[in-house]
Amino acid sequence: MTPSVNLRAVGAIYKFEMARALRTIMQSVISPVISTSLYFVVFGAAIGQRMQEIDGVPYGTFIVPGLVMLSLLTQSIANASFGIYFPRFAGTIYEILSAPVSYLEIVVAYVGAAATKSIVIGLIILATASLFTPLTIEHPVLMVTFLLLTAFTFSLFGFIIGVWADGFEQLQIIPLLVITPLTFLGGSFYSIDMLPPFWRAVSLFNPVVYLVSGFRWSFTGKADVHIGVSLAMTMVFLLACLVAIRWIFKTGYRLKA
Amino acid sequence: MQSIISISGLSKTYDGGFQALKRVDLDVAPGEIFALLGPNGAGKTTLISIVCGLVKATGGSVQVGGHDIVADYRAARSLIGLVPQELSTDRFESVWDTVAFSRGLFGKPKNPAYVEKLLRDLSLWSKKDERILALSGGMKRRVLIAKALAHEPRVLFLDEPTAGVDVELRRDMWRLIRELRDTGVTVILTTHYIDEAEEMADRIGVIRAGELILVEEKTALIAKLGRKELILQLGAPLAEVPASLARYGLELRREGCELAYVYDGAREHADLAALLTELTAAGVAFKDIRTTQSSLEDIFVDLVKERA
Ligand SMILES: Nc1ncnc2c1ncn2[C@@H]1O[C@H](COP(=O)(O)OP(=O)(O)OP(=O)(O)O)[C@@H](O)[C@H]1O
Ligand SMILES: [Mg+2]
Repeated sequence: MTPSVNLRAVGAIYKFEMARALRTIMQSVISPVISTSLYFVVFGAAIGQRMQEIDGVPYGTFIVPGLVMLSLLTQSIANASFGIYFPRFAGTIYEILSAPVSYLEIVVAYVGAAATKSIVIGLIILATASLFTPLTIEHPVLMVTFLLLTAFTFSLFGFIIGVWADGFEQLQIIPLLVITPLTFLGGSFYSIDMLPPFWRAVSLFNPVVYLVSGFRWSFTGKADVHIGVSLAMTMVFLLACLVAIRWIFKTGYRLKA
Repeated sequence: MQSIISISGLSKTYDGGFQALKRVDLDVAPGEIFALLGPNGAGKTTLISIVCGLVKATGGSVQVGGHDIVADYRAARSLIGLVPQELSTDRFESVWDTVAFSRGLFGKPKNPAYVEKLLRDLSLWSKKDERILALSGGMKRRVLIAKALAHEPRVLFLDEPTAGVDVELRRDMWRLIRELRDTGVTVILTTHYIDEAEEMADRIGVIRAGELILVEEKTALIAKLGRKELILQLGAPLAEVPASLARYGLELRREGCELAYVYDGAREHADLAALLTELTAAGVAFKDIRTTQSSLEDIFVDLVKERA
């Protein structure tokens, strides 16, 4: 009898992906620490001197959730997209596709590994930030929920990009042209309530606003949009990714000729 | 006996509209070595890729060990090991890790003793901790074989296992394939080298332009399609073939010292006796007689040309 779940395969892929990260552990850990420190020097110390407080929250503390989100998004996408793109590029995907593994198992393994890595980096950033500014987490359960939800959702999104991409440029283009601008314009470093009404309205079309706002709420209890709306929007995006992945595997899009 | 692989009406049209397989039917018996022979672009890799789940068929069905490769893919794929044509490897992994990974991927519990035996059998043991990028092409090919065998498959697909491999490794490979067969593993290999098919295979399928134009026992194939030549060494040189023997289409060779008669190995040999009688009657004396048989290579070239 063939078992109906191949957990060993999920474990094997997950381990393989984590080992890949461990080989480059120094750069995986050091670069977020350095970039976070830089953000704090520039935004926290330089700008924060003049900004003092937003919504009664010290500026340094205010930007922490946004910083974590920024890395969470870019790392999740980068890890997951590379994770699946590279075997396609190198041809080693043949083994995954010919193994007795379900699509769900493949996704769980790759996305799980990518999300794990980005969560670890998110936590490192949080730890680094706590050296620069006082941190309190008012709603720890929600904080963790947001962390997990965002990491998995954007790892799924990264997986889709990794399946879609036809070259290394395409792999970079979405994070570079879409995610980074959306994150910077998504209220990571300011409250969207500080914007003129028109731009505030425009901002509400930016999905990252909901992530950052919700995440910040779990830290400070203050948010740009209602926490329920934030959660709902994140779920909608998660669902959209799941539908896209289902379609990819159903049609074999870019995986099977 | 029940087939281990049963392919019926298998067709593949690629997205661009190119038809790579045209209603292929094939049954492979457990424990046999089956060679798929065909020129570049014939559809060998496409056929293997469909059975292994890398390419979607556009028509027909495949069963492996009685399991449909689509509906019951887990059971079907668990039985299969694949050594692809391209040398695709995880360059940064160690030999040991990549083989252990393959075993896990196919859902088998860890078994260091088995992996060790596998690596030793493939002369990879001394390289077990090396990263794959540091290995030579032939070594990489062995790693791919080790990966394919890591989960103890019942069916092994080898897509051009000896392409770009030196003579020694080729012999090693042949030995390994025979040993696998002796343990009951069914082996399906594709090759351009006819001597390889001739050396290894129990049965041979010839594929051309997506059609399986022939499937035959190797020995039967050679006997059936092989041209034979009867060569008579004459007692005295002849200037020309006697007119009375014209219907045999005889050919004089070596300045009239040899007389050759080409005949179809599959046909009745009745006219052979007649020829010899008539030769004697015509006063042609011969001191020796021998026959030669065409190799698979000649047969193959003929077949592929004929249908072209
Ligand atoms: N992904 C693809 N998309 C479109 N056409 C393809 C694809 N893969 C293969 N083909 C075409 O299908 C035909 C059969 O290819 P296949 O790789 O099966 O041949 P082969 O018999 O393995 O050849 P070779 O001996 O060169 O390995 C070729 O004409 C090839 O160009
Ligand atoms: Mg091929």
